Amino acid sequence: MAIGVKTVKRPVTETSYLRATLRGMFLTFRHLFRPKVTMQYPEEKSSTDWTISARWRGTHRMLTDEQGRAKCVACGLCPQICPANCIKLVPGEDEQGNRYPLIYEIDEFRCIFCGYCQEVCPEEAIHVGVHYENSEYARDRFVYDLERLCAQTHPVSTLWDPSDPKGE
Amino acid sequence: MTLFLVSSVIKIVVVFTVVMVSVALLTLAERRICAWIQDRLGPNRVGPEGLLQPAADGLKNLLKEETLPAQADRLLFVLAPALAFIPALMTIAVVPFGAPLPTPWGTVPLVVADLPVGFLYILAISSLGVYGIVLAGWASNNKYSLLGGLRASAQMISYEIALGMSTVAVLLLAGNVTLSEVVARQQQSVFTWNVFPLGLAYFIFTVAAFAETNRLPFDLPEAEGELIAGYHTEYSAMKFSMFYIAEYANMVTASALMATLFFGGWDIPFTHWDDTPPWTVWKSLATVVMFSCKVGCFLFLYIWVRWTLPRFRYDQLMALGWQVLLPFAIGYLALLASAIWVLHDQLGWSYDSRFALVLCALNLVLAIPLFFVLDRGRLIGGAVPEPGGGA
Repeated sequence: MAIGVKTVKRPVTETSYLRATLRGMFLTFRHLFRPKVTMQYPEEKSSTDWTISARWRGTHRMLTDEQGRAKCVACGLCPQICPANCIKLVPGEDEQGNRYPLIYEIDEFRCIFCGYCQEVCPEEAIHVGVHYENSEYARDRFVYDLERLCAQTHPVSTLWDPSDPKGE
Repeated sequence: MTLFLVSSVIKIVVVFTVVMVSVALLTLAERRICAWIQDRLGPNRVGPEGLLQPAADGLKNLLKEETLPAQADRLLFVLAPALAFIPALMTIAVVPFGAPLPTPWGTVPLVVADLPVGFLYILAISSLGVYGIVLAGWASNNKYSLLGGLRASAQMISYEIALGMSTVAVLLLAGNVTLSEVVARQQQSVFTWNVFPLGLAYFIFTVAAFAETNRLPFDLPEAEGELIAGYHTEYSAMKFSMFYIAEYANMVTASALMATLFFGGWDIPFTHWDDTPPWTVWKSLATVVMFSCKVGCFLFLYIWVRWTLPRFRYDQLMALGWQVLLPFAIGYLALLASAIWVLHDQLGWSYDSRFALVLCALNLVLAIPLFFVLDRGRLIGGAVPEPGGGA
């Protein structure tokens, strides 16, 4: 060979082309009739052997109390911990001296879905959700305000517990 | 004369339509069968079971932007897809696809053009297909396209010879180059189907036909790992689609040829009802269906092999063509000619099942050394280094 082609000297007794080909064709033919693994997405979202993980970290959800108010006390821990700096929080205070968020916005495009906000929240107010269908018609719709965060209904993520690493 | 003209035009339209529709369905079949082999479902959204997917693809290709590389040779660049496409459709013209159809104005043979030189016509036209590919590679002014085109020409020339040699065996047996005569000779019984007396010729023909149609494991002209997309790298939209259609039309033609040359054409096995007059519409219909089934089986074989085998390396491809298939085909031809001479001229046998089975036995004996050589890794055992040189 003019150019360097690496030659692998295979022992003649160990090599086979035709038999291997026939075996391969038999194998692929059998696969024609195997049950298919495709999940037909918009109709099927989970199957017997696959469901979305309970620890999936998707778009956020703010939990509310019995009166329908956000549980958030505007302590400022989540914007502090957020590595992507995607949470905008302006705290306010009412007549009884309770702190509440005047503005609470999450830019879901900046968010890296690490889940630190949920982990750090002392009131268990902000959560990342088990949710993945987020399409919108405009980019600015991806900045979720407090009202929108409270209106989300999808299940929230279960955080990883070091004392129970497999979630049992 | 009027009957000939009218029936020819009708046959041309019908055959063209059937081929184009089957090409469209083949693209879908390819994707679905490949998906099934890989335990997936494949495209099943457009229409019932995805049957309208080819229409959606076609529409997409029509609406896409046509690109024309600035440095391309404009005339050849535009001409090449047509040059690939036309020979693929022309070959099918001489393939008989059914028993003669009786009409109130006379009997119409179900073949577009029953050329007396049908065979030579096939060999001539099928070699033309490479022009489209080579010119596409050249006109694109792209090194990968050019490499793809060069590979295509080298490969086609190498395998064209083996292909021709294997079909000469059919001619020896049929003693005629008209395809309808070749079919008629095979109709005596199922054992006179050429695949029995000429099994190895069929094997060589199949391998060479795979190479001729640029299908895996011989799709080196478009080896995406090395050449992006080979000769059609620079093509988009409908021009790209033309290459695609040409590839599938070539597959249909090659399958039709396999069925005609080696599997009795439109002959229905185990009965003589279909190949004796009086001709009726039902006979024509049944034989056309039979022929379509045979072609369908070979098309499935094409797809099945593609999704099973990996691609050959270039030197392996050349070694297989020149060092295995060609010498073997020539030797086989010589042996076969001697055997036919002994059986036909010395012993005075006429062509029937006995004749075919004797040749079949000869094939089986010859198959042992061929398959042994092919199997024992001489084909895939790495490149042969120069003495003292190499890597």
